[in-house]
Amino acid sequence: MKAGRADASRPSMSIDQSTVRRIANLARIAIGDEEANQLVPELSKIIDMVAQLQEVDTSGVEPMAAVIPHPMPLRDDVVTDGNRRDDILANAPEKAQGFFAVPKVIE
Amino acid sequence: MTAITDLGIAALRDGVRDGSFSAREVAEAFIAAVEAGRALNAFIVETPDHALAAADEADRARASGAHAPLAGVPMGIKDLFCTKGVQTTAASHILEGFVPTYESTVTAKLFAAGVGMLGKLNLDQFAMGSSNETSAFGNVVSPWRRGGDATALCPGGSSGGSAAAVAARMVPGATGTDTGGSIRQPAAFTGISGIKPTYGRCSRWGIVAFASSLDQAGPMARDVRDCAILLGAMSGYDPKDATSLDEPVPDWEGNLSSSLKGLRVGVPKEYRVDGMPGEIEALWQAGIDWLRDAGAEIVEVSLPHTRYALPAYYIVAPAEASSNLARYDGVRYGQRVTPSQGGIHEMYAQTRAAGFGAEVKRRILIGTYVLSAGYYDAYYTQAQRVRTLIARDFADAFERCDVLLAPTAPSAAFGLGEKTADPIAMYLNDVFTVPASLAGLPGMSVPAGLDSAGLPLGLQLIGRPLDEQTVLNAGLAIEQRAGFTARPEKWW
Repeated sequence: MKAGRADASRPSMSIDQSTVRRIANLARIAIGDEEANQLVPELSKIIDMVAQLQEVDTSGVEPMAAVIPHPMPLRDDVVTDGNRRDDILANAPEKAQGFFAVPKVIE
Repeated sequence: MTAITDLGIAALRDGVRDGSFSAREVAEAFIAAVEAGRALNAFIVETPDHALAAADEADRARASGAHAPLAGVPMGIKDLFCTKGVQTTAASHILEGFVPTYESTVTAKLFAAGVGMLGKLNLDQFAMGSSNETSAFGNVVSPWRRGGDATALCPGGSSGGSAAAVAARMVPGATGTDTGGSIRQPAAFTGISGIKPTYGRCSRWGIVAFASSLDQAGPMARDVRDCAILLGAMSGYDPKDATSLDEPVPDWEGNLSSSLKGLRVGVPKEYRVDGMPGEIEALWQAGIDWLRDAGAEIVEVSLPHTRYALPAYYIVAPAEASSNLARYDGVRYGQRVTPSQGGIHEMYAQTRAAGFGAEVKRRILIGTYVLSAGYYDAYYTQAQRVRTLIARDFADAFERCDVLLAPTAPSAAFGLGEKTADPIAMYLNDVFTVPASLAGLPGMSVPAGLDSAGLPLGLQLIGRPLDEQTVLNAGLAIEQRAGFTARPEKWW
């Protein structure tokens, strides 16, 4: 549970422009230079706020797994839904021959 | 004679049932109010035909002796609930034009109970916000104004359209959703009632997901009884939602009682935060006195991890949002931007850049960051551990009391644009509502008074898991003693 804690408790400006670009790429959101510059202080302030949690002693405390504990429901392993191709495709920005259509993936 | 639009859910239901007026008359009166209220921008889509069809069905059924529980009652539906054949946007451009081919469980239950839909209500984009200013379809304007001042105020958020529409009497009730306070805070800002039930009471199936371990639907209406009625119609086990609780739905309306003899009301001392306006502190004290007058015993309790609730929330909610919102990729639904250069990766990135608003992007980026390699344990796992401690605080407090009383929000409604420059200042709106969300507890806001500018203030009740009844009953006791009859002066 100690891993990464040193990084996270770093004071302000914990997020620099290259970090913003890295996470924007992971999140698949295109951002311009100006937007990246603006996001550095905005995200840093939020990360500094949430970094307060590092001061809480949580040794021996289990992370919450279920908000209201209840047994995970099981059902018979049978088909209960399906044959709705046209419903599923109804909102596709582009479709072809009963499939979602996307730009070329493999050159 | 009372105008039909001045009647609440119970009065409309009973009036249609006993023939005082027809369901058609009710629908037409509210449709006219919706049209007259367009200056508030509370609706993204109006659906008068849906409301009229349900009304005509109610009138036909009544003629033949049948009567659905909410026959003749129209409502507004937050545009986060998927409605079959009616555009559902979550107030985001990325879902503009999305017309679901299915019905959310909650709206399906309401419609089966006889409810007609007046329209889809505006909200903060993907329910991310506390002022309704992150909507891609424009701000909702509160019907309330400060005395002698025409400054446009926010209705709160994220269920801002729902709150404004109920307060302006364009709808007698509306659905809301609450992730960190999105039912309770706007209810407080607009002088109406709203309850977020225990996590798992209402199915999340068909509700556009924001943070799945926190999202919970609930009703917003004029008073406590109306909330009890609507919550009963919205709740119940749904096998399509794995976190839906398989519990019987109590008769909350039938069991309403404001006699609180023997009830212990906890007042959490950590909610007395620095800088809380004196008017809110005084209203809290009035609430304590009202509950004592209703027969309750007041005890001070401690929730020691309260100040860590907001930081924990702003890790957990963005983390879950970054995962949930990964589905908006321009392939299956919604908007797509196809760049002239580049392949599918570029299409994803451009689509998401164009489709999401600034606050949504911020939260996705924060969520991606706290879940990324090397940071996951320090942020996300730590936040989930702190969440356990927050839930434990509540469990300990409920050893000594049966329900908690606190303010709903740290201020009255603020002006549009006043807090948009600083995300953290906006987040602080939810300081009193987020803890109960993290613990999955039922929480309700009831209007309790006005501040010196004439704006509504709410008091919040928080109960044990599955004990909505005590929350509603204590809310009713406050409602009866607060005598809150103020309503916004009509300017729209």
